[in-house]
Amino acid sequence: MGKGVSPVSDQSGAARTEAPLLSVRNLTKHYPITTGLRSKEVGRVRAVDGIDFDVYPGETVGIVGESGCGKSTAASSLIRLEEPTEGTVRFDGEDITRYDQAELKAFRRRVQMIFQDPESSFDPRMSIGEAIAEPLAVQGLTDASRRREIVVDLLERVGLAAGDADRYPHELSGGQKQRVGLARALSMNPDMIIADEPVSALDVSIQSEILALMTDLQESFGLSILIISHNLAVIRQICDRVAVMYLGEIVELGTASEVFTNPQHPYTRALLASIPTADPTDRGTGIELTGDVPSPSNPPTGCRFHTRCPELIQPDDYAFEQSVWRRVMDLRQKLDGGTVDVDAIREGVVTEREPSETPDDVSATETKARLRDEFAIPQSLGDSRAESVLEAALDDLVSGNPAAARERLATEFATPCESQSPTLEDATAGQTASCLRLENELPPTELEQTVRSD
Amino acid sequence: MTTNRPDNTTHPPQTDQTPSIPTANDGSTATSRSTPASTINANARGNKTIVNSNTSTDSPAHDSTAAEASSDAKTDEMLLTVENLKTVFDTDDGTVHAVDGIDFTVQRGETVCIVGESGSGKTVTSESITQLFKSPPGSIADGSVVFDGIDLASRTEDELTDIRGARISHIFQNPQGALNPVYTVGWQLIEAIQLHRNVDDDAAREDAVDLLNRVGIPEASSRLDDYPHELSGGMKQRVMIAMALACQPDLLIADEPTTALDVTIQAQILTLLRELQADFGMSIVFITHDLGVVAEIADRVVVMYAGKVMERGSVYDVFESPSHPYTKALLECLPGRGSLGGIPGSLPDPTAPPTGCRFADRCPYAVEECTVGEQPVFESVGGEARDEDIEHEVSCVHYRSAADPSVLDQLDADRSSVPQERPSGRTVGTRDGEGGVARE
Repeated sequence: MGKGVSPVSDQSGAARTEAPLLSVRNLTKHYPITTGLRSKEVGRVRAVDGIDFDVYPGETVGIVGESGCGKSTAASSLIRLEEPTEGTVRFDGEDITRYDQAELKAFRRRVQMIFQDPESSFDPRMSIGEAIAEPLAVQGLTDASRRREIVVDLLERVGLAAGDADRYPHELSGGQKQRVGLARALSMNPDMIIADEPVSALDVSIQSEILALMTDLQESFGLSILIISHNLAVIRQICDRVAVMYLGEIVELGTASEVFTNPQHPYTRALLASIPTADPTDRGTGIELTGDVPSPSNPPTGCRFHTRCPELIQPDDYAFEQSVWRRVMDLRQKLDGGTVDVDAIREGVVTEREPSETPDDVSATETKARLRDEFAIPQSLGDSRAESVLEAALDDLVSGNPAAARERLATEFATPCESQSPTLEDATAGQTASCLRLENELPPTELEQTVRSD
Repeated sequence: MTTNRPDNTTHPPQTDQTPSIPTANDGSTATSRSTPASTINANARGNKTIVNSNTSTDSPAHDSTAAEASSDAKTDEMLLTVENLKTVFDTDDGTVHAVDGIDFTVQRGETVCIVGESGSGKTVTSESITQLFKSPPGSIADGSVVFDGIDLASRTEDELTDIRGARISHIFQNPQGALNPVYTVGWQLIEAIQLHRNVDDDAAREDAVDLLNRVGIPEASSRLDDYPHELSGGMKQRVMIAMALACQPDLLIADEPTTALDVTIQAQILTLLRELQADFGMSIVFITHDLGVVAEIADRVVVMYAGKVMERGSVYDVFESPSHPYTKALLECLPGRGSLGGIPGSLPDPTAPPTGCRFADRCPYAVEECTVGEQPVFESVGGEARDEDIEHEVSCVHYRSAADPSVLDQLDADRSSVPQERPSGRTVGTRDGEGGVARE
């Protein structure tokens, strides 16, 4: 098993004596958004936006995050299945981003990939044996009987029978196909395997079989593994170190045990809290992220997580309850997006009344009360000064002046999270995280303590 | 608690002396919402004696009185009663016994999770309720699905169409595939509303906005004109839920509704389902392979394996004292719980299911008895039940009245004392001379 094979180290690799096998610096992949006949670039989808990490020999590193965070793009651009926009990828000391086609082909013998869907990663008209032998033929092993020997050996190593070589993909179950995927990756005797969601399409019992096989093979082949998954439980089970990605950036990086037991970034905490536990007495953990991941074509300013962060830093001048503060910020963000429809709110009030009434009959007070309800903001904030600011902003809004409301909230309820970008900083030994709370050494919120005590 | 008692779902055939007790087997179950056709149906059903194969007919008569008395109040709440359901598919390779005689019940307002690996028949079970599977090749070979007094298994296609969507709604795993990409979500939602209710376009549109609001889609009125591809996966699943709620169904069947979603979005959808259930008072049949999700949402759990029910009980009982070896193994597979390695072996051939317990082949506790006869009858697990209304039952020979289930714990202890071998039928080759497999 990968665990314990290599000494623990932080990102800087200070505790390591050996050189990393894979060293990724400032890896960036942007997809241009073009329009018109001349493909004028009008914007960019920042799928991966400058990530740094290392993978040491014999180590298993996991990248985890929600869909759309750029984890799969990171994997495919670091072995140049897609050309990275920027950044360097050093493999065994050499910068592979400068490789020409011939060098790249040689490099790809040493790094192999496994994909999520075992169904679609095989040619349905090619037998299992042919599929496993194909990379061998591509890389120049012309002796068919030798290829066959290798295929049989590999099949046995991944727990299948030699006779399976003549079967076709549709005859195998999902778990068996993923075993074949592993066998095919191993046919090149690689130094490293990149597994993109290798068990997401499998049943839980098969999942744990494949993970066990991967750790066994890692030991016997001395592999480094980079595993991409949205499933934190899988990552926790087999990884030595973990990188948590959000919107194209790594927000936390550390040893698996530290990241899972002592998460430093609010996003990591929220992710951990949303895993359903197999304990019916422990339902709902309290932290729930609101909304979806913002579009990577227009990522939020400052900390990219600030639009959803439950632990958003409060302005110095006011004292909010943290959850109320989050909801007030939700209102502010909706206003900034221009999507608060006061008329719709009035109509909503009217539908519950006498049919003779029209939206014009709804008083400003009622509209404001309904607005607070919509955003689950209490009818009165605890802090009287904050309350008067909010009330004034709602007045602006209801009287048909959303610009003034936006302005007021932006100046009064400003948070450093929306303007300053945090950098990855050492949080504890062997763990880095990018959060302004850590940079400014702010005390932990109640939310953080809830997770810790779990 | 007697171990020989028939389970709550199976009532002894009713006699004329007890007409006041409406049960699923009884024609008198006609409720305010049942159609005239249900009377015909009840007659048809009368010819077919429905007896739970697992509990067999030898249940003592004197015991049944007590059972009836206790279940008297409950049968009114029973929304769905599935008895001895068998669904088969005729294929070129033989008849696939996808669901092979299962029983479970759903009360009003409760959430029942059907859990199992792929191929265990859980999806076919959910499709059998309203016969969504393609027929032929699929057909219900035996058994009854009684929904609010109506036996759905013997209904015609037209009659089922009236029930589908109106009283029983489905949501599916992949919201992308369930929405039509060339129509706006509003169009599709309004279609669903107008299909079952006679309302004009404006009223339907208003209802659609309300529904989208209800499922937590912001700016609902402008979202109506969006196409499915403009929404995120979580939003699409919310639209699907809105569509399913269009006619305020009594039963919502959710087949892996969160499997395709991120864990953060999954948490949102589960919370939403719980809220909606509280508001609408509907029952939910929730199909999933994720035990974490089960623990999060279920009231009652049905563990399926190879077309049979292995264990059923309240969510607390099943998680606190998993009793069937299969349930135990499934829980052990959860990452971070127990050892890596999965459940050795694979599902039995569904065209020729083995005799005895379906799981015997892969079961570490299997004894000779396990491989003969039928799937063992349900036995009460006993012990302190967390929810007294839901019996915790298991189909395993080790729980027979004469047998001592503590043998399982004993075996567990024995095995943990000897050096653990990877419990895998397929061993991973550990040949010497690592590397060099392929390198020339």
